[in-house]
Amino acid sequence: MRVSDRAVRFGLKPLAFLAALGPAAWLVWAALTDHLSANPLSDITNETGIWTLRFLCITLAITPLRRITGWNAAIKFRRMAGLFAFFYGTLHFLTYVIVDRFAGLDFPNGIVSLTIVRNLAASIGADIYKRPFITIGFAALTLMVPLAATSTAGMIRRLGRKWQTLHRLVYASASLGVIHYWWLVKADIRSPLMYASIVGLLLLFRVWRRKRAMRVPAAHRVPAI
Amino acid sequence: MLIKRPSDIPSSSITSKSTYLNRREFMRAAGAATAAAAVAAGGLLESEAVLRAQEAPHKRKLDGVKSSPFSTDAKPNSWRDITTYNNYYEFGTNKEDPAANAGHLKTEPWTVAVDGECNKKAVWHLEDILKGQTPEDRIYRHRCVEAWSMVIPWVGFPLADFIKKCEPTSKAKFVEFTTLYDPKQMPGTRSNVLTWPYVEGLRMDEAMHPLTILVVGLYGEVLPNQDGAPIRLVVPWKYGFKHAKSLVKIRFVEKQPMNTWQLQASNEYGFYANVNPSVDHPRWSQATERVIGGGFFRKKTLMFNGYGDQVASLYNGMDLRKNY
Repeated sequence: MRVSDRAVRFGLKPLAFLAALGPAAWLVWAALTDHLSANPLSDITNETGIWTLRFLCITLAITPLRRITGWNAAIKFRRMAGLFAFFYGTLHFLTYVIVDRFAGLDFPNGIVSLTIVRNLAASIGADIYKRPFITIGFAALTLMVPLAATSTAGMIRRLGRKWQTLHRLVYASASLGVIHYWWLVKADIRSPLMYASIVGLLLLFRVWRRKRAMRVPAAHRVPAI
Repeated sequence: MLIKRPSDIPSSSITSKSTYLNRREFMRAAGAATAAAAVAAGGLLESEAVLRAQEAPHKRKLDGVKSSPFSTDAKPNSWRDITTYNNYYEFGTNKEDPAANAGHLKTEPWTVAVDGECNKKAVWHLEDILKGQTPEDRIYRHRCVEAWSMVIPWVGFPLADFIKKCEPTSKAKFVEFTTLYDPKQMPGTRSNVLTWPYVEGLRMDEAMHPLTILVVGLYGEVLPNQDGAPIRLVVPWKYGFKHAKSLVKIRFVEKQPMNTWQLQASNEYGFYANVNPSVDHPRWSQATERVIGGGFFRKKTLMFNGYGDQVASLYNGMDLRKNY
């Protein structure tokens, strides 16, 4: 595929950025205009969660897409996709903190007080400790923090080879995200199963590439980027 | 069997048998005057009548509905909330699926088979079940095991009244309820999300309790399909999954029945499923609930969903941590 650098930089990337903001914009619009269900706060929690998974899948799909189609410019969208996964994951976590934890606290001395901050922290901590699906979801998001923090061009330069090793954490984050989803549904596992399959295939692709690369003599290996 | 009733509610006020009512009278054509119906119902709050006027479609009004002392005075959720946010897996596992998929369920004619340890084993036509019952407005708090709640103005009558007609024998210790299983009409049952048909059960004293009702209506109208039409169970001190919908079979049994969700995950869903803020679901807390349409803050969940005065004695001496 031939798309000029200019077209990517000034055309496709801004478009992709706007499209990626779409789900958040839609949620705000739907919430304000009563287009969500009878339980809008739950909808916001669920939607931000599912979009986190979707962006993780997109992030993981970029390298296979690039290898299969030979369209190297695809790599230019990877950071954006990863950062949007982190963006939606953060929204998801904040929604949980506010709607699930904060809204369930006791407020004996008004809403703003040090006790409330302490109680909120205790309530989140207890939940993360007690409930495996929360633990694992929290872990998935936490693993994304260093990735987001080292996503700048400067950090890529500074970390060199280590950068790539570090960013393999996204495999763990996506896997934990799928398990988080799987463990939270009551009975209908079809949707988590779908995401598990997608993430599984995208990870298998990497295993397969690696095995194939092993068979090629070192002198002929093309360095992976 | 001794049934404990709260002393301030005389049993005579629970059901009046004086009103003869059949299925045709239950269903009246569109255009029935709301105000007249509200007056006929008697004792309806004005605000409630106004709410009905705004929310309910007024297509299939129920006649002769009277008020009940068992009703909460909390403001009911809107018709829209109650009919678009449903857990009814036979029509799909998303909350909005039942509203989208239940429209074509054929609820007429409808029969309920009564079987097991009773003298009157029979296949009942719905109109015969309703014969002689006075439908009551029962505005109940509804608490889902998923930690959300609503206030729902059901219309129904005590299950006890129907059970008596079936003449259960002394061997009848439990009652088992079965929901329609029809893959043609119920797209959700075409996949094995749960084990079909959906089965629920109550202990005999729970089933005979005056709060336990068979529901045929909502907001004074015929029950919408997505809410379990034409006839469903409601046990307001238990989590919503106990409230079996679209009943086709009622069986009196000696042994505790295996209910569908217990079969699905017995470590998460028990037989009793009494609303209990101190016994968490393994994956989430039951201490608070998200009140649908009730603003931002969560509500503290009440023991037995606030019906403790009436039902706590049913469980004297039982470990409710074990019998969740």
